[in-house]
Amino acid sequence: MSAADFSVLLPETILAVFAMGALLTAVYTRKDEMAQMLVWSSAAILLLIAMWIGLAPHDNRSAFGGMFIDDAYSRFAKVMILLSTAAVLVMSQDYMRRRGLLRFEYPVLIILASVGMMVMVSAGDLMVIYMGLELQSLSLYVVAALRRDSVKSTEAGLKYFVLGALSSGMLLYGASLTYGYAGTTRFDGIVSTLGADNLPLGLLFGLVFLAAGLAFKISAAPFHMWTPDVYEGSPTAITAFFATAPKVAAILLFGRLLHGAFGGAVADWQQILAFLSVISMFLGAIAAIGQRNIKRLMAYSSIAHMGYALMGLAAGSAAGVQAMLIYMAIYVTMNIGTFAFIMSMERNGQPVTDIASLNLYARQDPLRALAMLVLMFSLAGVPPLVGFFGKLYVLTAAMQAGLVWLAIAGVVASVIGAFYYLRVVYYMYFGEEGEALDTPRESLLSLFVLASAAAMVFGVFNLFGIEAPAAVAAATLVP
Amino acid sequence: MTVPVIAFYCFAAGVIIGGLFTVLSRHPVHSVLWLILSFLSAAGLFVLLGAEFVAMLLVIVYVGAVAVLFLFVVMMLDVDFAELRAEMSKFLPLGMLIGIVLLMELTLALGSWRFAPDAEALRDNLTPPLAETHNTAALGQLIYDEYILLFQLAGLILLVAMIGAILLTLRHRSDIKRQDVLAQMYRDPAKAMELKDVKPGQGLS
Repeated sequence: MSAADFSVLLPETILAVFAMGALLTAVYTRKDEMAQMLVWSSAAILLLIAMWIGLAPHDNRSAFGGMFIDDAYSRFAKVMILLSTAAVLVMSQDYMRRRGLLRFEYPVLIILASVGMMVMVSAGDLMVIYMGLELQSLSLYVVAALRRDSVKSTEAGLKYFVLGALSSGMLLYGASLTYGYAGTTRFDGIVSTLGADNLPLGLLFGLVFLAAGLAFKISAAPFHMWTPDVYEGSPTAITAFFATAPKVAAILLFGRLLHGAFGGAVADWQQILAFLSVISMFLGAIAAIGQRNIKRLMAYSSIAHMGYALMGLAAGSAAGVQAMLIYMAIYVTMNIGTFAFIMSMERNGQPVTDIASLNLYARQDPLRALAMLVLMFSLAGVPPLVGFFGKLYVLTAAMQAGLVWLAIAGVVASVIGAFYYLRVVYYMYFGEEGEALDTPRESLLSLFVLASAAAMVFGVFNLFGIEAPAAVAAATLVP
Repeated sequence: MTVPVIAFYCFAAGVIIGGLFTVLSRHPVHSVLWLILSFLSAAGLFVLLGAEFVAMLLVIVYVGAVAVLFLFVVMMLDVDFAELRAEMSKFLPLGMLIGIVLLMELTLALGSWRFAPDAEALRDNLTPPLAETHNTAALGQLIYDEYILLFQLAGLILLVAMIGAILLTLRHRSDIKRQDVLAQMYRDPAKAMELKDVKPGQGLS
């Protein structure tokens, strides 16, 4: 431990201190009246730190004896996490205020959750994984139950908490088995104990439990049951948060764990990941068909998308990790736009989530309907939109790794899944005459919808240049 | 048998019996008392291992604070445990089945368990030499030096837990009288009481 160690941790420290300062200031001054100002300043500081991490030149460093790793991979992750968190904070501000949910603790908890996520993606030790994961999850459980007067929101929080605790238990059990075998919790130590031969049975058990615990967190099938209920029950602004940054953090942590601690045993975890991936893709595609609630639909959509991201990891190569990083960046951008649209769906000032309420929305607001069409097509992976390239990357990586069957399954699932995205579009353009939605009161949400849709169209030229940083990030993880 | 061996068997039996009756006893308060017995026995086991500090922590934190807190919660909350248990018994067969399968699998894993060749060396190179360092000092060195990051993160997690508990449960009610500390402190005794001279037979108007 030295000053150099703490300097590696500087971004996280700044955010944590900011959160504590904001908490104290708000408690001792005007409480909830401060909330709006806190949301804006939190978003600003998240943005600044994202720019600092993303733009300033850094070496790959590690601190606390390898427990905390600051490399290109974690920086790529942190920029994604911080930017999407800032976007969701800004988006949610008006939504939360009008529903009386804008408590001053809300931005504080979101900031602390993002500190947790930053720790997760930088973890170089099983104990740090757990600490980061709990810091993030605990904040999320609380914000899920933020609407205390609603049974659904409370239920969502409780369900998330109980299942999250279960998954943490599994993760810890896996970690303890791994420690039992390797005698260390440090990733580099674990990887050094892996021999050339097969994984010993105890360590395999540890790996399986760790994977199951993390699969819960990224809501990969068959550990997905909490997702639709939590997505539906939480306030939409919170759901938008759940669908973006925590997913990125969890799956990138998954990648870090598999390549960092079990890098020598790719063949052993490849089949686990391929299994999770194929189940998630098909479950997400098929179970969403019966859904009429757009938030539940997005929950299944995120399960399916996690399946594709896992496919990238299952490839077990640097190309696979790069594909996963690109996929997640695209996924987050699409989801921010889609949720900005869902947040503005209202009738007589009340939020509606039934997809039938979108009937003939195109006549009412052609521009936003067009943006939503682009986003839905992109989520479905229709060429030539950016969402298609995300899928193309992971499928190519899987093919190169010899997982042809997985790639074919991915294509089939994507065709099935296109049905429900297209149905939303169908309602908007060819639905029946029905009661119209309110015209959106806020131009900020429309701005996010349009910007996200524009990114899906104009990104096709060079994906805004994220290919190269993603390749660098992947190369630091998989040498 | 030497004294430590006898003591070990006593404490070990204490832990197991305490744990068993925590689950089995019908009365929740009795359960908590059994839990305290098992904590105390575990503390005894730690003393036998030479880890006095952990033993004392167990007594102070778990017996002194956690178990007493449990006791309060159990006595204050009106939870019908018999009903809960009846609810549970519906899922018992399935749960047992899964449990047995899992147990068998784990036995399989433990049966062929082996440690990494350099596991012991990796484990030991973190620990300060116990022959020279007192175990309280060794623990302090690990927690506050080697694992300072984890220690601070744990602090943040507790902060979140605190914020969460307050955020989800605190309600400001406006229809009750609140204590105003400043008003109490700056209260002037001379003005607080008024003496009235009541004439006999008239009363106050």
